Parts: sequence; C-alpha cells; structure tokens
Amino acid sequence: MKLFNKKKTDGTEMIGRSLGQETWRRLRKNKGAMMGIAFIILLLIGTALASIFYDYDKDIIGMTRDRFMAPNWQHPFGTDNMGRDIFARVIYGAKYSLFISFGSTLLGLVVGLALGAVAGYYGGLVDNIIMRLTDIFYSIPYIMIAVVVVSILGTSMSSLLFAMALGTFCNFARIGRASVMTVRDMEFVEAGRAIGLPTWKIILKHILPNCLSAIIVQTTLKVGSNIISASSLSFLGVGITPPTPEWGAMLSDGRSYIRSSGWMCLFPGLAIMFTVLALNLLGDGLRDAMDPKLKR
Amino acid sequence: MENNVILEVKHLTKYFDTPKGKLHAVDDVSFSINRGETLGIVGESGCGKSTTGRTILKLIEPTSGQIIFNGVDITKYSERQMRKLRTDMQIIFQDPFSSLDPRQNIMQLISEPIREHHICKSKEEVQKRTLELMDIVGLARRFVNSYPHELDGGRRQRIGIARALSVNPKLIVCDEPVSALDVSIQAQILNLLKQLQRDIGLTYIFITHDLSVVRYFSDDIAVMYLGQMVEKSPSDKLFEKPMHPYTRALLSAIPLPIVGKEKPVRQLIRGEVTSPVNLPDRCRFLPRCSECLENCPNARTPELVEVEPKHFVACHIYNK
Repeated sequence: MKLFNKKKTDGTEMIGRSLGQETWRRLRKNKGAMMGIAFIILLLIGTALASIFYDYDKDIIGMTRDRFMAPNWQHPFGTDNMGRDIFARVIYGAKYSLFISFGSTLLGLVVGLALGAVAGYYGGLVDNIIMRLTDIFYSIPYIMIAVVVVSILGTSMSSLLFAMALGTFCNFARIGRASVMTVRDMEFVEAGRAIGLPTWKIILKHILPNCLSAIIVQTTLKVGSNIISASSLSFLGVGITPPTPEWGAMLSDGRSYIRSSGWMCLFPGLAIMFTVLALNLLGDGLRDAMDPKLKR
Repeated sequence: MENNVILEVKHLTKYFDTPKGKLHAVDDVSFSINRGETLGIVGESGCGKSTTGRTILKLIEPTSGQIIFNGVDITKYSERQMRKLRTDMQIIFQDPFSSLDPRQNIMQLISEPIREHHICKSKEEVQKRTLELMDIVGLARRFVNSYPHELDGGRRQRIGIARALSVNPKLIVCDEPVSALDVSIQAQILNLLKQLQRDIGLTYIFITHDLSVVRYFSDDIAVMYLGQMVEKSPSDKLFEKPMHPYTRALLSAIPLPIVGKEKPVRQLIRGEVTSPVNLPDRCRFLPRCSECLENCPNARTPELVEVEPKHFVACHIYNK
C-alpha cells in the first residue's frame, strides 16, 4: 500500500496501467475471491488430469462388483450403484458441468446484454419490440423451451447449451436494460457524444462499465443456477444422458439410493455447492475490484 | 467582415413535447459571434440557456432555425457528420461530478477525444499530449492515474476543460462552468478560461445565471427569459444602461459593495416564472413586469429591435 503511494507521486511512469491490471491488483487482496479462483483453477486442473489418467470406458462408465461402497481409502467418495468410483466421476465430470453452465451463461450474457443495452439506450419502439420478445421467452418455463429445442436439435451437449442459453438471455436482457437506463441519462454519456464518440463506443466504454456490478453478480448467480438447471434437464432425459458423469445427472441417479447410500448424492452435491460458492465469492470480489470508488 | 463571424444562429427554436403540450425551451433565438470573442448568455433557471448551448452543438436536435458554423449550415448535419465537427466545437459541462465517467481515470478521460479523433499518431504521443494538456489546465501530473471521485470540484472541472481543449476546438460552449464550484475556485477557473482565450484565440459562448461573472468575461451579453432573447448588447452598455425591465431587475439584484451611502432601490421581480408550456403569443414577461404599458396585454410578442447601435431589446416600451 505504502509502496504504491510512493510510486504514484511520480506520475508519468504509472501511465498505462490498464483496467485489467488495476482490477487484478485489487482482486488479489480479496481473500474470498482468491479462494474462489483457487477452487475453480484446482477443479480445472483436476478435470484436465482426470481426462488424461482415467480411462473413460473402464473407470468412468465401466461397471464393477464394488457396488454401494461407503467412502474408504480406495474410493474416497465411495462407489455408486454400478460400482463406479464417485471421486473419479466427480472430477472427470467437472468439465461437463462447468462447460455447460459457463457456456450457456456466457452465450446468454452476450446476447441478452446486447439486446438489453440496445433496448435501454434507444428506448421507445425498439425497447418495446425487444422487451416484448424477451417477455415471451420469460413467460415460458425454461424446461419447456429446453424440451422443444432438444426435440428439434436432438440430444447433445450443444443443443442443451443452446436451450439453456435461451432460458438465460432474457434475464440478462432485463438486467442490462434496467441498468443501462439508469446510466443513460447521466451527463457523462452526453459528454461522450459531445466529443464525438459513436453510439456503440458510448454503450461499450461508458454505459456498460458503469452497469458492471449488477451484471457480474447476476452472471455468477446464473452460472450456479445453470449447473442445477442442467441437472434437472438431465433428470428429465433431455439433458446429458446417463452414463456421462455430469454432476446433475449423478445427483439424480443417487436420488433413489439416498437412504441407503447417501454419499452418492452427497459428493456431486458438494461439488455443485462449492463451485457455486466459489463463483459467488469470485463475482463479489470482481465487482468490488472493478469499482474505482472502492479503491484502497 | 462576414469572415470574422464564427457562428451564426438564426431563429433557433426548440420545443419539447410534454404530456401537457409544447414546452417552449428555446423560441426564435438569433445571434452571431465573432472569432475570439465571448458571448454571455444570462437568465434564470429554466429559461432555455443550456438548451440553446446544447442545440448549437446539436446534442439536442433543433425544432427549427439555422445554425451556421464557419459559413456552413450544420442544422441538418447527421450525427456522423457532426462527429467530425466535434473537433471544432466543444462544450464544458456544468456539473464536473456527473459529466466525467467515474470508471475512467484522468489519463483515459483526457486522452479519449484525442484517441477518438486520431489527433496523435502513436500511443506515446497521446500520453505526451495528455500530460501537456494537464499542464495547460493546471492539473498536477501526479493525478494522472486518479479517478474523478478522488479529486475536488475545481480539479474535476479542469479535467472537463482539458477534454474540451484536447481536440483544438475553435468554439467552446461553457455551460455554467463555474456554478457548481465555490467562489475561490470559480475565480481560478474563470482566469484559466480567460487566459486560454488570450493564448489560443478561443471563442466562447458563456452560459451562466451569474451576472457578476459574465460582466468581466463577455464582450456581448444576451439576456434570456422563458426561451426568448429579451436583450442583447455589448457588455458595458448593458450594465450602464439596461433597457428591458427584466434586465434592470436582474442587474439591481447584484450585490453592490457600497457601505454607508444610500443604496439604489432594489427592483424586485414579482411572482414566478410563467410555465413554458403552450405559451400565448404575447410578451412573456408581462405577468411580472412592473413597467408594462396599457397596450401590452393585447400586443403580440415584442421583437428584438436595435434601439441603440448594437443594443437590441425586445420590449414594447422601446418598440413604437
């Protein structure tokens, strides 16, 4: 802290510290956010290693005689009804869960935010058209959308991702629109026009950065809820098909054995919970780190 | 002669549609400014002076009228065409707290117009130019990475000025640049603006409600009331011999540093400003005027007439 202030008095040499660097510097001081990052990185490394060291056919979906084993030294998370090692499946399955939830959230975020920002910035007729369209999607339960999409495109990872993005984007459109509208009429937006910035630059550089806090929080929450949505869809049979070790699918598999072999639900559930928690911590940290007013 | 006029505004009108009817923000305002001079626009809150300034820059589309800048009619210019012109005409905003993006630091804020208009070629040049601008407006270089909320109002207003200057404009609309600042800083900023005018030959449209500020700053002064220009004259003349009853009332409201001697009688304006929505065609100051003639209530809106050389007044008293 002191060191930083000393440097600051000099001026010129400090130029060019980008928003990214500033954010990272502040984020590093946030313990919760760093724990969140650490957990997610660990998970990514774990799932990458698992993909290398486990044999999918044998270790992940292959049946053995060791059914319903409680957690022990050989199987730290126990085994399931087919005798598969739950630890291996949880680690291996992280990539599916993370890919679907991140992918669908990001797709929904980009599309929804673009629509919402345009609607909020221009208002009037444009706003009405865009928002009524998203209202239509909003009014249909996402499960129905997903069933329709999957029955048209067929059961696959990409159609699931697309279906979930359809259920996600209206959320972001709403939040984007609302926050753009609060910022739109501020004087610095007019100042942007006065110096001759084109509209897209005003939206991208001045309006959206000032809406970040709401958007980041919504994104991290949505990644978490999309992990869970994916599992409900898997349960209905429109998501990921059973042998694939997706967390939600594992959770619904274990549901029938919850009284006798609770660990079948416990560990995939814990994996979901900790991932969501890590994302939320990271999101909160990011929101604070990107706000210059909280600069310390 | 014509060449010396940088900006000419003819019959500029801006109506806003409101649920209750047409709001006359600016109504048939005409004036012209010579290069290197300052036109002060004074008037009370809501009289349309800021709208006038913004309409000239086409931040607000005029309802009708003409804006001629450097001999070119820019009234019908599109947003895209205006973007190029932004390097010639700039604005300094009233509120230095809300007119700067809170997420950008000083470097980004000041260099933004430079980058947008490709005034400097390389990144190093942009930085050099930004630091130069900071020197010009009197901002210490150590603030280069600060964010607006860390600075006081005067320094923030200097950022606004640096941003406006960065594109080397010819005309700057100053929209109450000092009214959000406290008095000592007001003086600093005014001196800075004055000095810049001397050094670079800027032309200002200086919008304010503070007559004492505008007196020492402007060559010409235009007084606005409810969207119309009621009096326009060279600065000294206006203060020596105000003609319109509204101007007289305004001038008598300036506190005078007279001790002991008898002070001139203060002319107070009665009542409140008429609502600017759906105005009838007659003198707008009528309900508050203390000098109206018998015929005033029946007469139409008075026109701006040259009563003395260069001294224009819109009042039936002088318009016989």
